[in-house]
Amino acid sequence: MKNIKIKADNLNVHYGEKQALFDVSMYMEEKQVTALIGPSGCGKSTFIRCLNRMNDVINICKVQGKIEIDGNDIYAPDMQVEQLRERVGMVFQKPNPFPKSIFENVAYGPRIHGIAEHKSDLEEIVVNSLKKAALFDEVKDRLYDAGTGLSGGQQQRLCIARAISVNPDIILMDEPCSALDPIATARIEELMADLKTEYTIIIVTHSMQQAARVSSRTGFFHLGKLVEVDKTETIFSNPSDQRTQDYITGRFG
Amino acid sequence: MTDRIEQRINSLNKRLNSEKRFRIYCIGAMSFALAWVLILFLNIFSSGYSAFYRTVIQVDVPFLNLIEDTTQFSEMSSEDINNLSMYSFSKKAIYGLFPDIEEKKDKKMLIRLFSIEFEQEIREFLKSNKSNINETETIYLTASDDVDQVNKGNYPRDLDEDKRRIKDIQLLFFDDLVDRGLVSYEFNLPFLMRGDSREPELAGVGGSIVGSLFTILVVLILSFPIGIFAAIYLEEFASKNRVTDFIEININNLAAVPSIVFGLLGLGIILNTFGLPRSTPLVGGIVLSLMTLPTIIIATRASLRAVPPSIREGALAVGATKMQAVMHHVVPVAMPGALTGTIIGLAQALGETAPLLLIGMVAFVVDVPQTPLDASASLPVQVYLWSESAERGYVEKTSATIMMLLGFLILMNLAAVLIRRKFETKW
Repeated sequence: MKNIKIKADNLNVHYGEKQALFDVSMYMEEKQVTALIGPSGCGKSTFIRCLNRMNDVINICKVQGKIEIDGNDIYAPDMQVEQLRERVGMVFQKPNPFPKSIFENVAYGPRIHGIAEHKSDLEEIVVNSLKKAALFDEVKDRLYDAGTGLSGGQQQRLCIARAISVNPDIILMDEPCSALDPIATARIEELMADLKTEYTIIIVTHSMQQAARVSSRTGFFHLGKLVEVDKTETIFSNPSDQRTQDYITGRFG
Repeated sequence: MTDRIEQRINSLNKRLNSEKRFRIYCIGAMSFALAWVLILFLNIFSSGYSAFYRTVIQVDVPFLNLIEDTTQFSEMSSEDINNLSMYSFSKKAIYGLFPDIEEKKDKKMLIRLFSIEFEQEIREFLKSNKSNINETETIYLTASDDVDQVNKGNYPRDLDEDKRRIKDIQLLFFDDLVDRGLVSYEFNLPFLMRGDSREPELAGVGGSIVGSLFTILVVLILSFPIGIFAAIYLEEFASKNRVTDFIEININNLAAVPSIVFGLLGLGIILNTFGLPRSTPLVGGIVLSLMTLPTIIIATRASLRAVPPSIREGALAVGATKMQAVMHHVVPVAMPGALTGTIIGLAQALGETAPLLLIGMVAFVVDVPQTPLDASASLPVQVYLWSESAERGYVEKTSATIMMLLGFLILMNLAAVLIRRKFETKW
């Protein structure tokens, strides 16, 4: 049993009148990939966005329950959300590099947090982050070109580099490959295998094969409820809930 | 089977024909609009271009009659020259064009061929050339408005004499001067440099250009930051509730308020309550800012809204504060749109007349304003003022002022387009 990094306890989320998550309780292990699967609108994205409090920007969103990261309640009143997001990075469904240079995209995080004291430190962070995101070799000659000029897969890796640049513990990935072709997807998956040696990764995915390939544990969401969470092999070979069985065999979703 | 195909072809032809007709309607509408713009431009240009040159008459001025030795001028200061009594001397120089006339009445008529400031013009010539004055100098004196208009062919010479301001004997003088080659045109620099005047040949748009520029500057300084910050707050920070809905409705209402109402507000509050100086670009700018603000706010909000939310999320996700996300990422992307809106708002303000009439910028101002606190006219108000004047010379000046105004507007709109093209973010 690995260390538990994140623990959600009886999490309920409402968007206005509509309840999006019902009593979700699960934990995620340190330096492992946890996959969240389920049909569209099942609440898996809502759940992952609670982990770095990205739901805060939605006015009507109300979160009840408890999420602990390393034993600290992230919804505690004294928790600073900017600090939390420094520790919990996020990669989105659609690549969203800033309309700035590749260098600036990666340097932005360290700069606002004051991580790099000198320009050389900043350059080092940028280069290391790009290397970790397996992008450096492709862009090393054009670091000052626009990040938006890269291909989709490269843009997504740039966003991963941006997330890594502030040295987080956890990286949340919200369907990171849904806008990418199979080759770019394969590269991101390889990258995840490398990254999990350093980071705890939570990935939301529509692709059950992807969940099976990359994750050690998998949670299945349906209609806002966490139906089942277990070792990935167990979920895909011997699920205990009928709904999970139906979903992974393609009977719905 | 062939019937069905034929039916399809018929129906397709019908659709293609209706498409053709639609195109013709669209082109027709566009040509109609364009034709009116062309007519407007041609009309203004054809009556206005002649204001950019003016008639001058060569006069030989015998400076030896003023002083024994013309080299002595070089030792005189400007003040000394100002103190010289030159009125009858200048008149005599002009009589020299027609040495034969004796009658006082005719002499008076001759003098009236020239602008009222002939003495001043000779004095200015003397001042600027004092070190190098010959015994007799040829000076180009400004012709009077009537002569100017006759020379430009704008004056109906065949009217009865008692219906004309310019008299038969003056026309005789004038024709003789033309035959002797003493009448010529020169570029009307004073028109661009001077302020208003009661004499059309001396009136210029310089004062109102500077007044308009000061006004626009005040508008820019006031409404750009206020508009941008208000838009950022409303779009990015304000929660959506009844209060912000109410504010939004009122901003849209503000954009639709007739401009003269802002003039009344300026008169009532800015002039009477706060006691700011009347007729000044400062007050004009404040009043026009009220008009420009909604335009800037609406344009800026629209361009902020057009920035994809994913950019905000990307910044927030690396731990930026809300303000950092907005100022570092959203605002720079929205800036070209905001600037375009601002320039369009400024262009509107530049052409606005009604509110300025109420705060007294319609005053007759001879001096070119030095600061936004000096009384001043503005270009559109100058158009209004001159369009009401009786003298023929103001007709071309009115059109020329409109040309200047349109020129500035075209320049500003061009700047808006260029800024948008150059700085627009490409995704």
